Amino acid sequence: MMLRYGIAALALAAMTGAIAFHQPATAGTESPKIAASAHVYDTYCAQCHGVQRNGKGVNTIGLSVQPRDHSDTVGMSSLPREQMIKAITDGGASVNKSALMPAWSAVLSKEQIEDMADYLTYVCKCNQGK
Amino acid sequence: MRGLAVKGPLLLAASTAVAVMALAVRPASVGAQAPGSELTSQCASCHALTKPADATLDRLWSRKGPDLWYAGDKFNRDWLVAWLQKPTVIRPGGVLWFKHAKPGEPRDTIDSAAVEKHPAVDAATAGRLADQLLSLKSDGLVPEGAFKPEAANAAMGKLGFSKLRGCVACHQDAPGTGGVSGPELYDAGQRLRPDYVIAYTRNPQQFDPHIWMPTLTLSDPDLQRITGYVTSLGKESK
Ligand code: HEC
Ligand code: HEC
Ligand code: HEC
Repeated sequence: MMLRYGIAALALAAMTGAIAFHQPATAGTESPKIAASAHVYDTYCAQCHGVQRNGKGVNTIGLSVQPRDHSDTVGMSSLPREQMIKAITDGGASVNKSALMPAWSAVLSKEQIEDMADYLTYVCKCNQGK
Repeated sequence: MRGLAVKGPLLLAASTAVAVMALAVRPASVGAQAPGSELTSQCASCHALTKPADATLDRLWSRKGPDLWYAGDKFNRDWLVAWLQKPTVIRPGGVLWFKHAKPGEPRDTIDSAAVEKHPAVDAATAGRLADQLLSLKSDGLVPEGAFKPEAANAAMGKLGFSKLRGCVACHQDAPGTGGVSGPELYDAGQRLRPDYVIAYTRNPQQFDPHIWMPTLTLSDPDLQRITGYVTSLGKESK
């Protein structure tokens, strides 16, 4: 039992740690939609795109093409919303990018993917001029 | 604080599941030695032994161990018996890699020291547990004979695994080679049944609708080759 609680406490500490670390990307006045997308991102995207959304996920050790840095305002600004949605839905190959970016249509709904495109625009601060 | 908020209902759900299990697995004839009773009492706190009724994303975030409700379609008995006595790390990032991930340069890392260690049991218990685990079936998710050994081409499969299809992004096919958000596969030849490997790779969401392995677009020949490669891993060392 002691061991179990120890592990739980550790896990919780690790989790809060991780959340605290990428506050910059998600802090501030979060709408429920943004918060929900952030959670989806943590589950599916951060493994490659990084817990800080900077393209440096734990899995990049096994990747020959590096994932997009979603925190890069300049780089992400040149990515049209339609292309983001296509890449997330049908994978990198569908937009002539690396097939190492998988298709997520079997896991995420159309609505979740559209919300994710909004979330990515929020993360890269791409709409600040507007 | 999401984790905390869901804990109460989850515990409740878990104990209900245990209760349901206990009722469900007791065959009318042999009450006292109901198969699965040992599993239920010792393992159900961390592992789902029946298909979860609420397969939500929150469940994936709060579960303490991988699902075992399809263990009978998944594991080789020899591996189970050996592993239960001497567990090794299968998921380098723990049950949910995110909980152990730390941001860093040049990339995020896993805090390996915090990854859960598995309880071990003695040989006799391991044998009994293995038999109980092998009685847990998925009810048709793993068609018998889907993998055709004669069509497998491990060399082509390796190419698919490491380059073309990007499995190596999330899975290690040798210790230290590959991503860490999924289970290592370098001993998959000992651990996993080929028909399970092909069924899981074809459609991971059949096993859990929210798991973070995507459904990759793979043709049947692709699947056969990759499965041939995956199930050849770790064979030589046994
Ligand atoms: C297995 C690793 C991996 C995962 C998981 C992953 N990506 Fe990617 N992603 C990549 C790689 C690699 C690229 C770069 C492709 C290239 O530049 O050729 C990329 C590129 C992208 C792009 C840019 C596409 C373009 O046209 O330049 C977007 C948008 C994106 N990913 C979103 C996501 C989202 C959203 C998720 C989670 C639902 C996700 N990715 C999960 C690996 C991954
Ligand atoms: C404290 C929680 C906990 C308990 C109790 C527990 N397990 Fe586990 N189990 C885990 C975790 C965590 C893993 C994942 C280990 C890894 O991937 O490295 C695991 C993995 C496994 C695996 C391998 C599964 C896979 O998909 O790779 C088997 C088999 C297993 N456990 C059987 C059992 C049995 C049988 C019992 C009861 C005697 C039991 N476990 C009790 C947490 C637990
Ligand atoms: C984006 C990450 C990712 C990619 C890419 C990926 N997987 Fe997975 N894989 C996972 C995760 C996560 C699991 C399940 C983890 C769990 O249930 O604990 C998994 C599970 C599996 C399993 C079942 C193993 C077990 O122990 O139950 C097999 C077999 C498998 N993957 C094969 C493949 C193959 C083959 C490919 C390439 C065609 C691939 N995977 C690509 C993440 C990935």
